[in-house]
Amino acid sequence: MGKKKVPAMNTSSTADIAFLLLCYFLMTTTMGSQTGLSRRLPPMPDKNQKVEDQKVNRRNIIQVKINSADRIFAGSEPIDVSQLKDKIKEFLTNPADDPNLPEKELQEIEGYGECYVSKGIISLQNDRGTSYQAYIAVQNELVKAVNELRDDFSRKNYGGKTFARLTEDEQAIVKKAVPQFISEAEPKDVGRRR
Amino acid sequence: MSKFGGSNNKKEVPAMTSSSLSDIVFMLLFFFMVTTQMRETENKVMVKIPEASEVVKLERKDLNSYINIGTPIKSLQAMYGTEARIQLNDSFKTTDDIRDFVAAERESKSEQDRQFMTVSIRADQDVRMGIITDVKQELRRCSALKIMYSARKGGQ
Repeated sequence: MGKKKVPAMNTSSTADIAFLLLCYFLMTTTMGSQTGLSRRLPPMPDKNQKVEDQKVNRRNIIQVKINSADRIFAGSEPIDVSQLKDKIKEFLTNPADDPNLPEKELQEIEGYGECYVSKGIISLQNDRGTSYQAYIAVQNELVKAVNELRDDFSRKNYGGKTFARLTEDEQAIVKKAVPQFISEAEPKDVGRRR
Repeated sequence: MSKFGGSNNKKEVPAMTSSSLSDIVFMLLFFFMVTTQMRETENKVMVKIPEASEVVKLERKDLNSYINIGTPIKSLQAMYGTEARIQLNDSFKTTDDIRDFVAAERESKSEQDRQFMTVSIRADQDVRMGIITDVKQELRRCSALKIMYSARKGGQ
Protein backbone atom coordinates (compact mmCIF):
# COMPACT_ATOMS: atom_id res chain seq x y z
CA MET A 1 0.00 0.00 0.00
CA GLY A 2 1.67 3.21 -1.06
CA LYS A 3 1.36 6.07 1.39
CA LYS A 4 0.22 9.23 -0.27
CA LYS A 5 3.09 11.63 -0.33
CA VAL A 6 2.46 15.30 0.13
CA PRO A 7 4.48 17.07 -2.52
CA ALA A 8 7.17 19.35 -1.15
CA MET A 9 6.26 22.97 -1.18
CA ASN A 10 7.98 24.92 -3.86
CA THR A 11 10.27 27.26 -1.95
CA SER A 12 12.09 28.85 -4.82
CA SER A 13 10.06 32.04 -4.54
CA THR A 14 10.95 32.71 -0.90
CA ALA A 15 14.33 33.92 -2.02
CA ASP A 16 12.67 36.40 -4.35
CA ILE A 17 10.41 37.64 -1.60
CA ALA A 18 13.37 38.07 0.71
CA PHE A 19 15.23 39.92 -2.00
CA LEU A 20 12.35 42.31 -2.40
CA LEU A 21 12.36 42.99 1.32
CA LEU A 22 16.10 43.48 1.23
CA CYS A 23 15.82 45.99 -1.58
CA TYR A 24 13.14 47.86 0.31
CA PHE A 25 15.37 48.22 3.35
CA LEU A 26 18.34 49.16 1.26
CA MET A 27 16.38 52.00 -0.26
CA THR A 28 14.75 53.41 2.82
CA THR A 29 17.50 53.26 5.39
CA THR A 30 20.78 55.00 5.78
CA MET A 31 23.99 53.40 6.71
CA GLY A 32 26.73 54.66 8.86
CA SER A 33 27.07 56.21 12.22
CA GLN A 34 27.02 59.87 12.97
CA THR A 35 30.37 61.29 13.87
CA GLY A 36 31.41 64.79 14.65
CA LEU A 37 32.99 67.22 17.05
CA SER A 38 31.04 67.61 20.24
CA ARG A 39 30.82 71.03 21.84
CA ARG A 40 28.99 72.75 24.62
CA LEU A 41 27.79 76.25 23.97
CA PRO A 42 28.00 78.78 26.78
CA PRO A 43 24.61 79.77 28.15
CA MET A 44 23.18 83.06 27.00
CA PRO A 45 23.99 85.83 29.47
CA ASP A 46 20.99 87.00 31.40
CA LYS A 47 19.57 90.30 30.25
CA ASN A 48 19.02 91.65 33.74
CA GLN A 49 22.41 90.63 34.84
CA LYS A 50 25.05 93.19 34.28
CA VAL A 51 27.53 92.02 31.76
CA GLU A 52 30.75 91.80 33.57
CA ASP A 53 33.84 90.68 31.86
CA GLN A 54 35.33 87.74 33.53
CA LYS A 55 38.69 88.84 34.67
CA VAL A 56 41.09 86.48 33.09
CA ASN A 57 44.74 87.10 33.24
CA ARG A 58 46.01 88.08 29.85
CA ARG A 59 48.67 85.44 29.85
CA ASN A 60 46.08 82.72 30.36
CA ILE A 61 44.21 83.31 27.18
CA ILE A 62 45.13 82.70 23.59
CA GLN A 63 42.98 84.15 20.88
CA VAL A 64 42.60 82.13 17.75
CA LYS A 65 40.98 84.16 15.04
CA ILE A 66 39.91 83.14 11.60
CA ASN A 67 39.19 85.96 9.22
CA SER A 68 36.97 85.98 6.18
CA ALA A 69 39.80 84.84 3.92
CA ASP A 70 40.28 81.78 6.14
CA ARG A 71 43.57 83.09 7.48
CA ILE A 72 44.35 82.08 11.00
CA PHE A 73 45.82 84.28 13.68
CA ALA A 74 46.97 82.76 16.93
CA GLY A 75 47.73 85.40 19.50
CA SER A 76 48.58 88.19 17.14
CA GLU A 77 50.70 86.62 14.46
CA PRO A 78 49.40 84.76 11.43
CA ILE A 79 49.91 81.04 11.53
CA ASP A 80 49.30 78.03 9.32
CA VAL A 81 46.82 75.31 10.28
CA SER A 82 49.61 72.76 10.39
CA GLN A 83 51.48 74.73 13.03
CA LEU A 84 48.47 75.54 15.13
CA LYS A 85 48.49 72.26 17.01
CA ASP A 86 52.07 72.69 18.24
CA LYS A 87 51.40 76.27 19.15
CA ILE A 88 48.42 75.24 21.26
CA LYS A 89 50.35 72.42 22.86
CA GLU A 90 53.14 74.78 23.78
CA PHE A 91 50.60 77.22 25.12
CA LEU A 92 48.90 74.64 27.29
CA THR A 93 51.99 72.92 28.63
CA ASN A 94 54.23 75.95 29.05
CA PRO A 95 57.32 73.77 29.44
CA ALA A 96 59.78 76.56 30.23
CA ASP A 97 57.54 78.46 32.66
CA ASP A 98 57.52 81.44 30.38
CA PRO A 99 55.82 84.39 32.10
CA ASN A 100 53.90 85.13 28.89
CA LEU A 101 52.34 81.68 28.76
CA PRO A 102 49.57 80.54 31.10
CA GLU A 103 50.24 79.90 34.74
CA LYS A 104 49.86 76.49 36.27
CA GLU A 105 47.98 75.75 39.40
CA LEU A 106 48.63 72.98 41.85
CA GLN A 107 45.39 71.09 42.12
CA GLU A 108 44.30 68.16 44.18
CA ILE A 109 42.70 65.60 41.93
CA GLU A 110 40.73 62.88 43.59
CA GLY A 111 42.23 59.48 42.97
CA TYR A 112 45.46 60.85 41.60
CA GLY A 113 47.01 63.36 43.94
CA GLU A 114 48.47 66.73 43.33
CA CYS A 115 49.13 67.85 39.85
CA TYR A 116 49.93 71.03 38.00
CA VAL A 117 46.98 72.03 35.87
CA SER A 118 47.29 74.68 33.23
CA LYS A 119 44.88 77.59 33.43
CA GLY A 120 45.05 78.29 29.74
CA ILE A 121 41.92 79.09 27.81
CA ILE A 122 41.63 78.99 24.07
CA SER A 123 39.29 81.58 22.69
CA LEU A 124 38.09 80.98 19.19
CA GLN A 125 36.77 83.80 17.12
CA ASN A 126 35.53 83.71 13.61
CA ASP A 127 34.21 86.07 11.03
CA ARG A 128 30.85 85.81 9.33
CA GLY A 129 32.65 85.17 6.07
CA THR A 130 34.79 82.32 7.32
CA SER A 131 34.12 79.08 5.52
CA TYR A 132 32.79 76.22 7.58
CA GLN A 133 35.55 73.95 6.39
CA ALA A 134 38.27 76.20 7.76
CA TYR A 135 36.38 76.55 11.01
CA ILE A 136 36.10 72.78 11.45
CA ALA A 137 39.76 72.36 10.53
CA VAL A 138 40.74 74.76 13.30
CA GLN A 139 38.38 73.15 15.80
CA ASN A 140 39.87 69.84 14.85
CA GLU A 141 43.41 71.06 15.47
CA LEU A 142 42.45 72.40 18.88
CA VAL A 143 40.88 69.10 19.88
CA LYS A 144 43.86 67.25 18.50
CA ALA A 145 46.25 69.29 20.62
CA VAL A 146 44.28 68.54 23.78
CA ASN A 147 43.92 64.87 22.86
CA GLU A 148 47.64 64.52 22.33
CA LEU A 149 48.37 66.12 25.67
CA ARG A 150 45.94 63.73 27.31
CA ASP A 151 47.64 60.83 25.58
CA ASP A 152 51.01 62.02 26.84
CA PHE A 153 49.69 62.34 30.35
CA SER A 154 48.14 58.87 30.29
CA ARG A 155 51.26 57.31 28.87
CA LYS A 156 53.37 58.84 31.58
CA ASN A 157 51.12 57.91 34.45
CA TYR A 158 49.37 54.74 33.43
CA GLY A 159 52.12 52.57 32.05
CA GLY A 160 52.18 53.51 28.40
CA LYS A 161 48.46 53.23 27.79
CA THR A 162 46.82 55.77 25.55
CA PHE A 163 43.88 57.81 26.76
CA ALA A 164 41.36 55.77 24.82
CA ARG A 165 42.41 52.55 26.53
CA LEU A 166 42.07 53.78 30.09
CA THR A 167 39.11 52.94 32.26
CA GLU A 168 36.37 55.48 32.73
CA ASP A 169 37.58 56.62 36.14
CA GLU A 170 41.11 57.08 34.88
CA GLN A 171 39.82 59.03 31.91
CA ALA A 172 37.95 61.34 34.26
CA ILE A 173 41.18 61.99 36.16
CA VAL A 174 43.10 62.71 32.98
CA LYS A 175 40.34 65.02 31.83
CA LYS A 176 40.71 66.98 35.03
CA ALA A 177 44.46 67.11 34.71
CA VAL A 178 44.34 68.25 31.09
CA PRO A 179 41.14 70.23 30.74
CA GLN A 180 39.76 71.36 27.44
CA PHE A 181 38.77 74.98 27.67
CA ILE A 182 37.71 76.13 24.28
CA SER A 183 35.52 79.14 24.40
CA GLU A 184 33.65 80.26 21.37
CA ALA A 185 33.50 83.96 21.84
CA GLU A 186 30.52 86.12 21.15
CA PRO A 187 30.36 86.70 17.43
CA LYS A 188 32.13 89.74 16.20
CA ASP A 189 32.98 90.94 12.79
CA VAL A 190 36.65 90.34 12.92
CA GLY A 191 37.24 91.05 9.29
CA ARG A 192 35.56 94.38 9.00
CA ARG A 193 37.61 96.12 11.60
CA ARG A 194 40.86 95.17 10.07
CA MET B 1 24.79 -2.20 -16.21
CA SER B 2 24.33 0.18 -13.47
CA LYS B 3 25.64 -0.55 -10.04
CA PHE B 4 22.42 0.39 -8.37
CA GLY B 5 20.33 -1.44 -10.81
CA GLY B 6 18.18 1.44 -11.78
CA SER B 7 15.74 0.95 -14.54
CA ASN B 8 17.09 3.78 -16.65
CA ASN B 9 20.76 4.12 -17.12
CA LYS B 10 20.79 7.79 -17.92
CA LYS B 11 22.76 9.73 -15.32
CA GLU B 12 20.73 12.63 -14.00
CA VAL B 13 22.25 15.60 -12.28
CA PRO B 14 20.04 16.33 -9.27
CA ALA B 15 18.51 19.77 -9.19
CA MET B 16 20.35 22.17 -6.98
CA THR B 17 18.47 22.83 -3.82
CA SER B 18 17.72 26.49 -3.60
CA SER B 19 16.08 26.28 -0.20
CA SER B 20 19.13 27.68 1.54
CA LEU B 21 19.23 30.63 -0.81
CA SER B 22 16.36 32.27 0.99
CA ASP B 23 18.13 31.77 4.31
CA ILE B 24 21.19 33.54 2.99
CA VAL B 25 19.14 36.42 1.70
CA PHE B 26 17.29 36.65 4.99
CA MET B 27 20.57 36.84 6.79
CA LEU B 28 21.60 39.72 4.54
CA LEU B 29 18.27 41.34 5.21
CA PHE B 30 18.71 41.12 8.96
CA PHE B 31 22.20 42.50 8.68
CA PHE B 32 20.94 45.57 6.91
CA MET B 33 17.98 45.96 9.22
CA VAL B 34 20.27 46.00 12.23
CA THR B 35 23.05 48.20 10.92
CA THR B 36 21.02 50.85 9.18
CA GLN B 37 18.53 53.32 10.40
CA MET B 38 15.43 54.71 8.81
CA ARG B 39 15.80 57.84 6.84
CA GLU B 40 13.43 60.26 8.43
CA THR B 41 13.71 63.26 6.24
CA GLU B 42 14.34 63.93 2.64
CA ASN B 43 17.39 66.04 2.09
CA LYS B 44 16.55 69.29 0.45
CA VAL B 45 19.96 70.81 0.73
CA MET B 46 23.24 69.55 -0.58
CA VAL B 47 25.52 68.79 2.30
CA LYS B 48 29.09 67.74 1.89
CA ILE B 49 30.29 67.26 5.42
CA PRO B 50 33.81 68.50 6.16
CA GLU B 51 36.54 66.14 7.20
CA ALA B 52 38.16 66.00 10.59
CA SER B 53 40.49 63.54 12.23
CA GLU B 54 39.43 63.85 15.86
CA VAL B 55 35.79 62.95 15.49
CA VAL B 56 33.88 61.13 18.17
CA LYS B 57 30.91 58.90 17.72
CA LEU B 58 27.49 59.96 18.75
CA GLU B 59 26.34 57.88 21.70
CA ARG B 60 22.60 58.15 21.44
CA LYS B 61 21.19 58.53 17.99
CA ASP B 62 17.63 58.80 19.22
CA LEU B 63 18.41 61.92 21.24
CA ASN B 64 19.68 63.74 18.24
CA SER B 65 18.04 66.35 16.13
CA TYR B 66 19.47 67.58 12.91
CA ILE B 67 19.84 70.99 11.42
CA ASN B 68 20.91 70.84 7.81
CA ILE B 69 22.55 73.83 6.25
CA GLY B 70 23.59 74.09 2.66
CA THR B 71 22.60 75.14 -0.82
CA PRO B 72 19.28 73.76 -2.08
CA ILE B 73 19.46 70.69 -4.30
CA LYS B 74 19.50 71.18 -8.06
CA SER B 75 15.81 70.61 -8.64
CA LEU B 76 14.86 73.21 -6.04
CA GLN B 77 17.36 75.84 -7.04
CA ALA B 78 14.96 77.40 -9.50
CA MET B 79 12.56 78.05 -6.67
CA TYR B 80 14.85 78.85 -3.79
CA GLY B 81 18.02 80.09 -5.40
CA THR B 82 21.54 79.00 -4.59
CA GLU B 83 21.94 80.84 -1.33
CA ALA B 84 22.65 78.60 1.65
CA ARG B 85 19.47 77.68 3.49
CA ILE B 86 18.53 76.02 6.73
CA GLN B 87 16.49 72.85 6.56
CA LEU B 88 14.57 71.70 9.59
CA ASN B 89 12.63 68.46 9.25
CA ASP B 90 11.29 68.63 5.74
CA SER B 91 11.23 72.24 4.75
CA PHE B 92 13.32 75.34 4.44
CA LYS B 93 13.20 77.51 7.50
CA THR B 94 14.79 80.63 8.84
CA THR B 95 16.65 81.09 12.09
CA ASP B 96 13.45 82.31 13.76
CA ASP B 97 11.89 78.87 13.37
CA ILE B 98 14.68 77.15 15.29
CA ARG B 99 13.03 78.05 18.57
CA ASP B 100 9.87 76.14 17.68
CA PHE B 101 11.89 73.31 16.23
CA VAL B 102 13.95 72.89 19.39
CA ALA B 103 10.83 73.08 21.54
CA ALA B 104 9.12 70.41 19.46
CA GLU B 105 12.17 68.18 19.51
CA ARG B 106 12.50 68.55 23.24
CA GLU B 107 8.85 67.68 23.67
CA SER B 108 9.28 64.46 21.72
CA LYS B 109 12.00 63.13 24.02
CA SER B 110 11.26 61.46 27.30
CA GLU B 111 11.58 63.55 30.42
CA GLN B 112 14.81 62.18 31.81
CA ASP B 113 16.52 62.23 28.44
CA ARG B 114 15.84 65.85 27.66
CA GLN B 115 19.02 67.13 29.22
CA PHE B 116 21.06 64.89 26.95
CA MET B 117 19.49 66.15 23.78
CA THR B 118 22.07 66.98 21.18
CA VAL B 119 21.61 69.19 18.19
CA SER B 120 23.68 68.06 15.30
CA ILE B 121 24.67 70.75 12.85
CA ARG B 122 25.16 69.20 9.47
CA ALA B 123 26.52 71.97 7.35
CA ASP B 124 28.11 71.96 3.96
CA GLN B 125 31.81 72.63 3.98
CA ASP B 126 31.48 75.69 1.75
CA VAL B 127 28.86 77.39 3.89
CA ARG B 128 29.92 80.70 5.42
CA MET B 129 30.13 80.91 9.18
CA GLY B 130 27.64 83.77 9.34
CA ILE B 131 24.62 81.54 9.02
CA ILE B 132 26.08 79.02 11.46
CA THR B 133 26.80 81.74 13.99
CA ASP B 134 23.18 82.83 13.73
CA VAL B 135 22.04 79.26 14.31
CA LYS B 136 24.37 78.91 17.28
CA GLN B 137 23.14 82.13 18.83
CA GLU B 138 19.56 81.00 18.40
CA LEU B 139 20.37 77.64 19.99
CA ARG B 140 21.94 79.41 22.92
CA ARG B 141 18.83 81.48 23.29
CA CYS B 142 16.68 78.35 23.53
CA SER B 143 19.32 76.81 25.80
CA ALA B 144 19.99 73.82 23.61
CA LEU B 145 23.63 73.91 24.51
CA LYS B 146 24.83 70.47 23.56
CA ILE B 147 25.76 70.63 19.93
CA MET B 148 27.76 68.58 17.54
CA TYR B 149 29.45 69.67 14.37
CA SER B 150 29.01 66.78 12.00
CA ALA B 151 32.25 65.73 10.40
CA ARG B 152 33.53 62.77 8.52
CA LYS B 153 36.44 60.78 9.76
CA GLY B 154 39.28 61.48 7.43
CA GLY B 155 42.96 60.83 7.64
CA GLN B 156 45.17 63.84 7.70
